[in-house]
Amino acid sequence: MDASAEARLVADPSRMQAIEEKLRELEKRLAHVEGQVAEDRVALVVFSGDLDRVLAAFIIATGAAAMGQQVSMFFTFWGLSVLKKDSQLSGKTLFQKMMAVMSPGSSKSLPVSQMNYFGVGAKMLRSMMKEKNVNSLEEMISLARELGVRMIACEMSRDLMGIKESELVAGLECGGVASFLADSLKSRTSLFI
Amino acid sequence: MSQVFDKLLDARGLNCPMPLVNARKEIGKLEPGQVLKVVATDRGSVADFQGWAKVAKNVELVGQETESTEGANVYVHYVKRTA
Repeated sequence: MDASAEARLVADPSRMQAIEEKLRELEKRLAHVEGQVAEDRVALVVFSGDLDRVLAAFIIATGAAAMGQQVSMFFTFWGLSVLKKDSQLSGKTLFQKMMAVMSPGSSKSLPVSQMNYFGVGAKMLRSMMKEKNVNSLEEMISLARELGVRMIACEMSRDLMGIKESELVAGLECGGVASFLADSLKSRTSLFI
Repeated sequence: MSQVFDKLLDARGLNCPMPLVNARKEIGKLEPGQVLKVVATDRGSVADFQGWAKVAKNVELVGQETESTEGANVYVHYVKRTA
């Protein structure tokens, strides 16, 4: 700003006021824009309860966490099987009991999405992974926890399928669609697996 | 190339994502400015470490090389903690 412009401003306080107002307006808009910018976050929906897909989800989750991203995993429907520690039947409706009997009781009994053949395929994949020194799913899960990956169990599908909180492993959060969206809207990457 | 380093991480025999995950853990123990040398047999680690350095704010990939010993490749990465 040259001297004459400065002199004009001093002579006319209303112009100064107008500029200050404009500045405040811009600051407000900037804060709004900053609120919309994605953070270093990754949000994953784990809908599938297939060993191979879940494994992919955990590899992405642990890799992203290692790269400095804050990772959230939302487990819903068949994905809840990953978080089960055992199956209980008491206090469930007939359909919920059927669901409990026919779905995997824990991460250890997940089927594979292709060539499962009543669980033989899953056993084969696990032994091939061991041979190639690829971490098992259970190792990946504990690694994810160690790296601070948040795990959220979908309340609605858990309740619908009659899975009790006591059937799930400890250290989970519970939430719904809004808690996923609150995270995914702030994330650089969101995946549905 | 003989790059100077402060700590060595042996990630040979480990598969994706373990070389990266372990490197991340180790680099957290270093002081800013120090360099971690990672040796791995996972071929994917070459691109993985490049990706990590591109995304992370506090690491810099200062060198990468491939050593061939008895027909088996070993991938070496030098990662510097910048902050």
